[in-house]
Amino acid sequence: MNWQEHEYDNIPGSYVFDGKRAHSAYALNKLFYSFNEESCRRDFDADPAAYCDKFGLNEEQKKLVLNQDFLGVLRSGANIYYMAKFAIPRGMSVQDAGAAFQGITGDEFREKLLEKREGLEERLEKEGGYWNG
Amino acid sequence: MAEIIGGITTSHIPAVGNAITDGLTQEHYWKRFFDGYKPVKAWLEEKQPDLVIVVYNDHGLNFFLDKVPTFAIGCADKYENADEGWGLKPTAPFDGDAPFSWHVAESLINQEFDMCTCQEMLVDHGFVNPMRVLFGDHEEWPIKAIPLAVNTVQHPLPSARRCFKLGQALKVAVESYPEDMKVVIAGTGGMSHQLQGERAGMINVDYDLACIESIINNPEWFADQSNSHIIEQAGTEGIETIMWMVMRGALGEKVNCLHKHYHAPISNTGAGVLLLEGAG
Repeated sequence: MNWQEHEYDNIPGSYVFDGKRAHSAYALNKLFYSFNEESCRRDFDADPAAYCDKFGLNEEQKKLVLNQDFLGVLRSGANIYYMAKFAIPRGMSVQDAGAAFQGITGDEFREKLLEKREGLEERLEKEGGYWNG
Repeated sequence: MAEIIGGITTSHIPAVGNAITDGLTQEHYWKRFFDGYKPVKAWLEEKQPDLVIVVYNDHGLNFFLDKVPTFAIGCADKYENADEGWGLKPTAPFDGDAPFSWHVAESLINQEFDMCTCQEMLVDHGFVNPMRVLFGDHEEWPIKAIPLAVNTVQHPLPSARRCFKLGQALKVAVESYPEDMKVVIAGTGGMSHQLQGERAGMINVDYDLACIESIINNPEWFADQSNSHIIEQAGTEGIETIMWMVMRGALGEKVNCLHKHYHAPISNTGAGVLLLEGAG
């Protein structure tokens, strides 16, 4: 089985969710999808290991889930939107996850984002035609 | 005859809905972003459209990864919002218009866009937050709404050009409906953002502004770009901006831009709000 390469494979620091990842992490994403149901969230919390077995996770993925290793989970093929169903109720926002990927704190991550606002209004003024309050 | 009276673009991220729920829209962080919707809301109030087609992507509420339609359209009389796993209270359901939807689906399929037709369709934050930010919160929504879902989650995705062409076909579909009806198209999502990987947190203001100018005046520029290129410039999740091209295609060759608003950051994203009218 040979997975075709894509141009987007070479974008640094980016994991494009395509057939290759969707295929290898199908069970993992299916488990996360089940969390749309509150009863499933409760079943997971009652016995996480059994819940992972029920969805047929492999040993590596099971370990990542039981350890709440969100980064490992992402790298093993979880889709970010599906992972959010697992992470957010456990107090990890997608910004915290992004921060962890870069080895910085959530606050540092948010500070870096806020830098985008600096000079923005002047920039838009120069572009012209933008609403500016 | 039904008529497309305008197109709107808007963010659909969860943080926008949370800010509305938590009453934060006038806090410093949010104020400029939300205030930039006022001219759009005033236009909606003045024009009183009958129906809005919301072009969005499902994030794992209605569609799981077992079956991922490239393009899907709601063909029901009602659409429910539901828990996406975060335990938030669902909004009131949205009224659709089944005969209109089936007409649109049939016309699109006849124009070689093989839509997935959905008689049950749960709508997630990608649909709900545009409705909330444009129309406010309601127990009974003041406008009929049709979900049109584009796969921007599991590659391969449709190209920006394909989305543009879908919009062009959507114009033909809507304008061939015999009932008098004022229709608005909302292209949602974007702009640049990346939630995952070491590049998480990237926002590309230059690229976002170039996309805005292209969508208003020269959609061919954006239509020509490959998804790999868009991901490189706008981030893995910023690819959502291709959905704006469905809205743009539905407005015809030239447009008048009635309102143009950009703000960053909104959570992890650059956020763009456009109000466009077709100009022949």
